[in-house]
Amino acid sequence: MNAAGFPILSLITWLPLVGCLIIMSVRGDEATVASNARWTALWTSLIVLVLSFVLWVKFDPGEPGFQFIEEIPWLPEYGVGYKMGVDGISVMFVLLSTLLTPICVLASWDSITRFVREYMMTFLLLETMMVGMFSALDFVVFYVFFEGVLIPMFVIIGVWGGPRRVYSAFKFFLYTFTGSVLMLLALLAMWFQAGTTDIPTLLRTPMPVGMQNWLFLAFFASFAVKVPMWPVHTWLPDAHVEAPTAGSVILAGVLLKMGGYGFLRFSVPMLPQASAHFAPLIYTLSVVAVIYTSLVALAQEDMKKLIAYSSVAHMGVVTIGIFTFNVQGIQGAMFQMLSHGIVSAALFLVVGVVYDRMHTREIARYGGLADRMPLYALTFMIFTLASCGLPGTSGFVGEFLVIVGALQVNFWLALLGAMGMILGVAYMLYLYRRVIFGRLTKPDLLSILDLSPREIAVFVPLILITLWMGIAPTSFSSFWDASVASMVQQHAAAVTSAAKLAEAR
Amino acid sequence: MIYAVAVFAPLFGSLVSGLLGRAIGDRAAEAVSILCMLVAAVLGPLACFQLVSGEADAGSVYLANWIEAGRFHVTWQLRYDTLSAAMVAMVTFVSMLIHVYSIGYMAHDAYPHYRFFSYLSLFTFSMLMLVTADNLLQLFFGWEGVGLCSYLLIGYWYDRPSANAAAIKAFIVNRIGDLAFAVGVALVFFKFGSIEFSTIFPAIPQHQADTYSVLGGTFPAFEVIGVLLFIGAMGKSAQIGLHVWLPDAMEGPTPVSALIHAATMVTAGVFLVARMSPLYEFAPFALGMVTFIGATTALFAATIGCAQNDIKRVIAYSTCSQLGYMFTAAGVGAFQVSIFHLMTHAFFKALLFLSAGSVIHAMSDEQDMRKMGGLGRMIPWTCTVMWIGSLALSGIPPFAGYYSKDAIIAASFASGTGIGMYGFVCTVLAAFLTAFYSWRLLIMTFHGKPRADHHVLEHVHESPWVMIGPLLVLALGALIAGKLLDPWFIGEDWQAFWNGSIFNAPNNHVLAALESVPPWAELAPLVMGLAGIALAYLMYMVFPLLPMRLATQFRGIYLFLLNKWYFDELYDAIFVRPAIRLARTLWQTGDATLIDGVPNGLAELTVDGSRQAVKIQTGSLAVYAFVMLIGVVLLVGIFLVSR
Repeated sequence: MNAAGFPILSLITWLPLVGCLIIMSVRGDEATVASNARWTALWTSLIVLVLSFVLWVKFDPGEPGFQFIEEIPWLPEYGVGYKMGVDGISVMFVLLSTLLTPICVLASWDSITRFVREYMMTFLLLETMMVGMFSALDFVVFYVFFEGVLIPMFVIIGVWGGPRRVYSAFKFFLYTFTGSVLMLLALLAMWFQAGTTDIPTLLRTPMPVGMQNWLFLAFFASFAVKVPMWPVHTWLPDAHVEAPTAGSVILAGVLLKMGGYGFLRFSVPMLPQASAHFAPLIYTLSVVAVIYTSLVALAQEDMKKLIAYSSVAHMGVVTIGIFTFNVQGIQGAMFQMLSHGIVSAALFLVVGVVYDRMHTREIARYGGLADRMPLYALTFMIFTLASCGLPGTSGFVGEFLVIVGALQVNFWLALLGAMGMILGVAYMLYLYRRVIFGRLTKPDLLSILDLSPREIAVFVPLILITLWMGIAPTSFSSFWDASVASMVQQHAAAVTSAAKLAEAR
Repeated sequence: MIYAVAVFAPLFGSLVSGLLGRAIGDRAAEAVSILCMLVAAVLGPLACFQLVSGEADAGSVYLANWIEAGRFHVTWQLRYDTLSAAMVAMVTFVSMLIHVYSIGYMAHDAYPHYRFFSYLSLFTFSMLMLVTADNLLQLFFGWEGVGLCSYLLIGYWYDRPSANAAAIKAFIVNRIGDLAFAVGVALVFFKFGSIEFSTIFPAIPQHQADTYSVLGGTFPAFEVIGVLLFIGAMGKSAQIGLHVWLPDAMEGPTPVSALIHAATMVTAGVFLVARMSPLYEFAPFALGMVTFIGATTALFAATIGCAQNDIKRVIAYSTCSQLGYMFTAAGVGAFQVSIFHLMTHAFFKALLFLSAGSVIHAMSDEQDMRKMGGLGRMIPWTCTVMWIGSLALSGIPPFAGYYSKDAIIAASFASGTGIGMYGFVCTVLAAFLTAFYSWRLLIMTFHGKPRADHHVLEHVHESPWVMIGPLLVLALGALIAGKLLDPWFIGEDWQAFWNGSIFNAPNNHVLAALESVPPWAELAPLVMGLAGIALAYLMYMVFPLLPMRLATQFRGIYLFLLNKWYFDELYDAIFVRPAIRLARTLWQTGDATLIDGVPNGLAELTVDGSRQAVKIQTGSLAVYAFVMLIGVVLLVGIFLVSR
């Protein structure tokens, strides 16, 4: 059947829902329910994580195509089926989702006190949606999961969020949903064209060039909002600020990657000519994103907002990388997405640590924490540096490969796209200085406690992965090496053949 | 093997003292990091000696794969050739002395010491990774590593706002250079398909005709690469324009300044140019720029050094200026001479900074030279070694600086080019200023009448032996290193010594021409140096009121120098403040008003629209019936007309 010998992808996808059902069936007083819900959620997500390690071990990096394929006919007369499978590009995102979920459960252990049962259920549901989205090989299934992710996230922000949670939740939902509706139209158009929604088949079916541009714009509307690209990024800072810590972690860690993944899975390989046609637009928006949002981050007074803006800047580097259409650029984009998934998630957790203690995210309320919280200072420093892209951390590899890829396109693209190297250092170190350094003068900070064992358990794996990715990145990039190489090759072939056709006419 | 141990021992020491420091205590952490440094300081020079004596062959130590992306392939690898090995020997040795000195210097510091020693060792490790890199990216790893460590160490006293500001400034200014460096590395890959030295150096002849289009023109690719990499070197080596971080870097504890200015960090830029000599030799424009910037910095920084009153600041500007000398030499193709000066400079600059630390230590943390004077008899050891350091810095024979600095000035003369002559004039003038500010420093600190108040004077004491010991070793180095290394580095044995690790183009005979410089040009720096000393003696010893009178008479020039040519103020006005203003505007106007205005406006429109729609539903049957009637009439009308 597949390399694992059992339908592993479906198992990873649906197992969290089983956890949901178990939590739902718990009875008793509120404290028991809460504690049971926490433990059940933790164990479920841990089992899923262990299961997903099977993917890591059994995945064949030499094979550029899809692996672990499962297929059940659903609507065969319309060419729609339940089909799952991963290639080198999606397998890492599945692992990222299964890694971050238990960390989110742990991070919410004490900080969530209202509706604990519902909260844990929402997170498990979210995990199902995320994993399903990354492993779906049928466009309809993909679309269902892609939209499905919105629901738990909407609830997480809207119920457990901060004071302006309703505004932010609606903004988040409407922004992303508007884009998705256009993608649905594109989906239908492609179905009419190809007669099937099977993604591997669609990848092999060339779309007419005239149609590609419209399809591309429809996809673009959906993915650009998700990434988010400038100027449709303003939902992100609001959503982050209002979301609970774990919500921000998933939002930054996984949800933003859905846009990049979409570009890599659909736009670039299915619409090669249109992608090449619109690349200058993407470059422009991305460079603006890098410089504009980095500057805006510099002016922020709210820790979470600062990191949210830095996310937009980092994702700008990703979109540059994807649309360079060369191996270094796309590999760099992949790496940057994964690295950002770990690092920005960790940074939101870092903010969550002091938020749990002081209940404020205002930078000015802190200062001099290094005295009382040396371990916290060290953790914060490591992720700050990773966010700045210091060599030896995960942030560097992706950023540098994108520079290498971008230079092959245009000197200014490389130089301006890399401006984050300077501005990133400025806003991150400025943040670090205001929170950690300085004299400890504020009386309420005097008794602040350093990281608890639970928090250490959250951060240690993230620190190790950050350094591992920085020092031995090939143990990750080897997974997508073959897939990216074949994608680049096909893209180049499609673009040249189209150019030849145009010449022949 | 011993080479790899020498490189990784400091990392081990850093990790142990940094991560376990709190558990094992300060003493143990200090002991571990010093022990590791001792191991490195024995093995590093040993590895260099083995290579030079022919016992070991040049090559590289493969460690692991690093990045692979298509053709882009980078490994972790330690390069083992004369240039790298000589740098390793110098870095480990000087850094070890600084570690030992720090035991005494930091003994009374309020913070736990393990953190300090961990950073120092990490700093050393980063520099070692930089000099042993076998490809440009590993070099960049070390490059950024020293940037990080300088940030951590400059901001070591993290409760001081000035230290924090200086630390961030250092990192950001460095990063500006690093951006150019990174793009330069990308361009090397684009042109050569590799960034491994062992691949690109042999391929250079094939790529000589390559061009690259940028800024609306088409230039030889080597020139573009050379300029980009040199901008990176300017940031790290504090050359004019990107020098602003270095003087502020003395906010850190004094041993850190010694480490930054002598062994690690600032010499990285000079090393980079020497390392890339095979490429620079075919990039004449880039080399001209190297000499121009270097010579300008040498003179410019020396002028500022003459007007500063903070003892560490004077030495900091002297570093800036000496780095300019090194670039001047590299730019005229005398890479060997610039590395020679780098080595001797490491000794006497570490010596000067550490003795300044000893002075500050004795003066209860006073750094202003106007409040010193007459300390010579109270701290004789410190005074003696500082004299030796200053003699070496001013290039007085037979001290170390004489050999290397004279060779630089001679080389720029011997190059015979216009830009070489510019370098010659600047460096000779700078030699005069160097001697002047050195003796100004010596006289203001150690001679004349004491100007400190009696509380401070009561506490003046010679430093403990753990600090004096390293000073004596460095003083010995400042005394003999020039004479000792001269035959190897630039003398008759240079070709056998360097063994091809630095490349000279076939038409580059500058090293041979060193011997045939006319006597007047050869003597010029020495005469200028002695004149500088004489002037300082006159102004500060014989007529101590003269400087004050001159400062009031030529107030404009004095303020211009005292305020460091107003570079900080200029940058603040044209970069820092506009950036912050722009950031606020983009946030408040761009994001909050303009971009968010669209969705918020749409939402308001929707709400308003539905409010209006609600008004139509009045509940009155008569109105409903009337509207319906209008509808029917319209429909029927359309039906009739269109038929």
